[in-house]
Amino acid sequence: MTSLQSIRQQLDSGDLSMVGVVEYYLHQIKQSRDLNIYIEIYREEALSAAERLDAKRAAGEEMGALYGIVASIKDVLCYQDHQVTAGSHILDGFESQFTATSLERALAEDMIIIGRTNCDEFAMGSSNENSYYGPTFNGIDPDRVPGGSSGAAAVSVQMDTCLVAFGSDTGGSVRQPAAFCGVYGYKPTYGRISRYGLIAYASSFDQIGLLSKDVSAIRETLSVVEGQDQMDSTSADLASIESTAPQKTYKIAYFEHIADHPAIAPAIREAFQDRIEQLRAAGHEVVPVSFDLIDYLVPTYYVLTTAEASSNLHRFDGVRYGHQAKDAHDIHELYAKSRSEGFGTEVKRRIMMGTFVLSVGYFDAYFNKAQQVRALLTEQIKTIFAEHDFILMPTTPDVAWRVGEKVDDPLEMYLSDIFTVLANLCGLPAISIPNGVHEGLSHGIQLLARQFDDDRLIDFSASL
Amino acid sequence: MTKIDSDLISKLEQLSRLSLKAAEKEKITNDLNSIVEMFDKLQEVDTIGVEPLRHITHHINRMREDEVRGELTNEQALKNVPKSVDGFIAVPKFLKPK
Repeated sequence: MTSLQSIRQQLDSGDLSMVGVVEYYLHQIKQSRDLNIYIEIYREEALSAAERLDAKRAAGEEMGALYGIVASIKDVLCYQDHQVTAGSHILDGFESQFTATSLERALAEDMIIIGRTNCDEFAMGSSNENSYYGPTFNGIDPDRVPGGSSGAAAVSVQMDTCLVAFGSDTGGSVRQPAAFCGVYGYKPTYGRISRYGLIAYASSFDQIGLLSKDVSAIRETLSVVEGQDQMDSTSADLASIESTAPQKTYKIAYFEHIADHPAIAPAIREAFQDRIEQLRAAGHEVVPVSFDLIDYLVPTYYVLTTAEASSNLHRFDGVRYGHQAKDAHDIHELYAKSRSEGFGTEVKRRIMMGTFVLSVGYFDAYFNKAQQVRALLTEQIKTIFAEHDFILMPTTPDVAWRVGEKVDDPLEMYLSDIFTVLANLCGLPAISIPNGVHEGLSHGIQLLARQFDDDRLIDFSASL
Repeated sequence: MTKIDSDLISKLEQLSRLSLKAAEKEKITNDLNSIVEMFDKLQEVDTIGVEPLRHITHHINRMREDEVRGELTNEQALKNVPKSVDGFIAVPKFLKPK
């Protein structure tokens, strides 16, 4: 049940029904419930959707493009008449009034949604430990974090509880957990998938991303959910973009000295260097390029995303929806108490940080400065892509850490995002590909491509 | 180098509409100070004359027609409201009669 092709073959031959597929995944969910993957399982609904599809099939009707795919959705995606809470107490019991465009398109093509996965609160975190619903654990070793913020999305795929997981990626939240869980994790070009119905964290960074053990399932899902949407003014009209032809061999860049970076663990360095040699042996040109802004990526990312978050999260005021504090005496106290009771510590920390960088006296030194650095590094990356097709990087500097290990040190947790934030800072498509196991723990290699060169990126990943 | 002291924290709390408990306040103050130290690294980068980047693709502001659409009924709109009275959102009474 981990490849779309084999599921479809079995459906075609009649060895399997969609009800059978859903029952298999429900069984897997039951087997892995100690890992705390799902906040809610849509058992009855998924089974009746499967029955409907089996009947449609039996009637000889043409099936949708995503027939055969069962997916989990991260708890930041709106699905009409279903709860969505962003892993937060402040949205306890909140029910969506509409369905995210990406999900609506997928459902119309016969995809089945099996449940809602846990995540870091408002997608803020790199370990899935910042959830109101408790941490999710890594299936390869339950003492380890699965990564975050789409940690449970990655584990949902890792444990075969679904074929595809819908996550979101603001600074690596799809790719880093994919690496820690040994699956593929793809973040599209900014604007490729409509963000309508995605609870906002940092709007100029956020993208819905996809995880699976099967790249072709990612490719097919993308082809249905991507493209312009009148409900998201930053979504791209793909028809206006010229696609690039696949090549037999590519020019691949990597940042010189990256292997010597003090943050990189020896096992990751070796796997990275081995991958370079393999790619060279396969005929690709893999060359070092200079890039001197690597140590400014994390600060730039956190200045800008906390600023955007502090602004985006203003809407949680306890008045129109969500948690409302009791016994408040005036309007300011009502806001402050509702928010303080509803948000977890990491969310409060980022709101405070973002408010700081946007406040009078600090705006130029931090917010404006970070936007200038974002401009500089986007220019440098453009220069690299003028000569090269892809950039190769490790996905993470190390394997998954132990549950609880970095909870008290947010700075150390932030610094672990060093290799993933670049794609979001520049709006680039990127994918994490499983790159082996070190002492029982998975890690990944990451490829980045030019904006809107997603198809070639995915095809090339599939060939590795 | 910027130091975030308790006065600044109180100001940020107010601007953020948050009220932190003493222990949380202390922890967040410490964390913010080490995070700002990391942010200060950006001052090493020469950005004189660099235009700040505010949009990352060219596909921005593709507006749809401004048409009125019946999106939600009154009942639906109040579905997630903590408290409503006669079809309106209710908040605690703040204006006290003299």
